[in-house]
Amino acid sequence: MGRYVARRLLLTIPVLLGASFLIFAMVYALPGDPIRALGGDRPLSPAVVAELRERFHLDEPLWAQYWEYLKGLFQGDLGTDFRGRPVLDTIERTLPVTIRLTIVAVVFEAVIGLIAGVLAGIRRNSFFDNLVLVSTTLIVSIPILVLAFVAQLLFGLKLGWFPIAGTREGWYSYLLPGLVLASGSLAYVARLTRTSVAENLRADYVRTARAKGLSNRTVIVRHTLRNSLIPVVTFIGADIGTLLGGAIVTESVFNLPGIGREVFDSVRAQEGAVVVGIVTLMVFFFIFFNLVVDVLYAVLDPRIRYD
Amino acid sequence: MTDQQQMDLRRDEVEAGTTTGLAAPSVDVTEARQNSLWSDAWGELKRNPLFWIGAVLCLLFVLMAIVPQLFAGGADPRACDLADSKALPSAQHWFGFDQQGCDYLANVVYGARNSLIIGVAAVLVVLVLGIIVGAIAGYFGGVTDGVLSRLTDIFYALPLILGALVLLRVGPSTNLPIISDRGPGAVALALALFGWMTAMRLVRSQVIAVKSSDYVAAARAMGASNGRILVRHILPNAVAPVLVYTTITIGVLIAAEATLTYLGVGLQRPAISWGLQIEAGQESIRTAPHLVLFPSLVLTLTVMAFILMGDALRDALDPRQRA
Repeated sequence: MGRYVARRLLLTIPVLLGASFLIFAMVYALPGDPIRALGGDRPLSPAVVAELRERFHLDEPLWAQYWEYLKGLFQGDLGTDFRGRPVLDTIERTLPVTIRLTIVAVVFEAVIGLIAGVLAGIRRNSFFDNLVLVSTTLIVSIPILVLAFVAQLLFGLKLGWFPIAGTREGWYSYLLPGLVLASGSLAYVARLTRTSVAENLRADYVRTARAKGLSNRTVIVRHTLRNSLIPVVTFIGADIGTLLGGAIVTESVFNLPGIGREVFDSVRAQEGAVVVGIVTLMVFFFIFFNLVVDVLYAVLDPRIRYD
Repeated sequence: MTDQQQMDLRRDEVEAGTTTGLAAPSVDVTEARQNSLWSDAWGELKRNPLFWIGAVLCLLFVLMAIVPQLFAGGADPRACDLADSKALPSAQHWFGFDQQGCDYLANVVYGARNSLIIGVAAVLVVLVLGIIVGAIAGYFGGVTDGVLSRLTDIFYALPLILGALVLLRVGPSTNLPIISDRGPGAVALALALFGWMTAMRLVRSQVIAVKSSDYVAAARAMGASNGRILVRHILPNAVAPVLVYTTITIGVLIAAEATLTYLGVGLQRPAISWGLQIEAGQESIRTAPHLVLFPSLVLTLTVMAFILMGDALRDALDPRQRA
C-alpha cells in the first residue's frame, strides 16, 4: 500500500506541473497590456512601466517566466496581482466560500442521491424506480446555467424562500446554489446506487443471508447496502475534487465570491498570476481527491490489493 | 434437430472451417452473425419510448438548424421595432419580443443552427483526437502509452469550461488560425481541445482489450501492417462504446457552448445564440422572465434529445442488460 501511494504521488508531479504550465502558457498570451490598463486614464511614466515589466518578468521568454513562478511556488509564494496584492491572500479570502458551497453540495448529493438510489434499487421496476430513472435523465439534461436561473426565478423571486445572490445570510444563502451545483452529481449518485444495489441483491451472499433466515431489514442494511455503497462513496470522494474546481457558473450566477468567480473575473481582467495560482490549486484538489479515493477503495474493499 | 440447433451447428462449422454434414448447408449464417449486435440493438431501441422522444426532438432541432424559416412563423429575427421591446408572449407572437423588439420565437429558432454546428463540429474533433491518441497509446503501449496517458491526465485535470474560457479569452490576440476569429469554429475547437480525454481513454482501453486476441495475432502472422491491424481489426470493436459516448457528448458540448457564450467568451453579437439570449435576458429576469425561459427551455430540450438517445443506445448495445 505504501509503495502504491508513493508511486501515485510521484506520478502526480508531472501532471500538476503540466497542467499549471498549460494554463501559464495560455495566460502568458493574454491580450492587451495589463500594465497600461493599471494606469487607467493617467498614462504611467516609461520608467514605472519598465520597472513593473521587470518586476513581473514580462519581457522574459515563457520558460524563464515559468521557472521564476515555480521557484516562488516552492517557497509558498504564488506571486502578486498587478495591484500588488499577494495571490495567496486572494485565495485565503475566496476559498472558504467555495469550500462551504462544496460541503452543502456534497451533503445534498449524498443524502438525496443515496436515498433515492437505494429505494429505487430495492424496488426495481416499481413506480418509484421509474420516477427516479426519468427524473435523473431530466436533471442531467438541464445545463447548470439554466438550472441556476430557474432556481433563482422560482425559489428566489416567485416563492421568496431563498436569497438569490450573495452570502449575507450565512449557510442559508448556500442552500440554493449548493443544490444547483449538486444536481448533476446527485442524479449520478442516485443511478449508481440503484444499479449497485440491484446487482448486489442478486449476489450469492445475499441469497445465503436470506437462506439463513435473516430478516429482510438485516439482509438489506447489513449485507446489501454495505457492499453497494463502495462505488458510491468513492464517486462522492472524487466528486469533491471536481466540485471544488467546477463552480464558475454557479458562483457567478448566485454572486458568491468563491474561487470559481474569482478565476472568472481574473481571466477577464487579465490577472495572470491569480488565474495560474487558482487553477493550479484546483488541479491539485482534483488530483488529491482522486488519489484519496483510489486508496479508500482498497480500504473499503479488501478484494482490491495494490501491492 | 430444430432449426435453431441447425443454425448453431452451422455457425460453429463456419467458425471452425470444417463440415460435419449434419447442418443444413443452405443456411447461410455469416451475414446474420455480422449484423447481430446491431440488429439486436435496433430491436431493443424500437421498443424504448425514451429513444423515440430523443430521436423526434433531435430531428426537430436538426430541421430547425437547416430550415429555420419553417418554424419562425414568417418572422425575421433581425426585423425589430423598439416599440415592441420586452412585450410578453401573445397569440401572434408565441415567445413575445426581446429587448430590441425583435420577434423572440424567430430568434430562438434561428439560434439552433449555431448550437448544433458547434456541438457536432466539436465532437468530430474530439473523436479525431481521441481515436488517434487513444489508438496509438493502447496499441504501442510502453513508453508511448506512458507519455500519452500523462498528457491525457494533464488535460483531464483541467475543468472543460475553465480551459476553454482561458483559451477563448486569449484567442483573439493570438495569430492562430480559427482560434483567433471568435466564430463558431473557435468555440468548437476550444471545447474539443479540453474535451477529448474521455474519448482517448475509451479507445485506449478497447484497443488494449482486443490487441492480444487470436485474430489480431493471425492478422499479424499474415503480414498485416500496424496501421492495417489497427484500422481493420482493432478499431471496429470500439465503434459501439464510441457511438454511445459521441451521442451524449454532443449534448454536453452544446450546453458547454451556451455556458461559454453566456460567460462572454463564446459567440459574439450579432450572432444569434441561446447563450447570448440568456445573458441578455438575465437583466430583466424580474420583469420579463420569458426572455431567459424560452432559450433555456429550447437549450435544455436539445441537450436532452442527445442524452436520451445516448442512454437508450447504451442500454441497447450492452448485451449484459438483455434477458
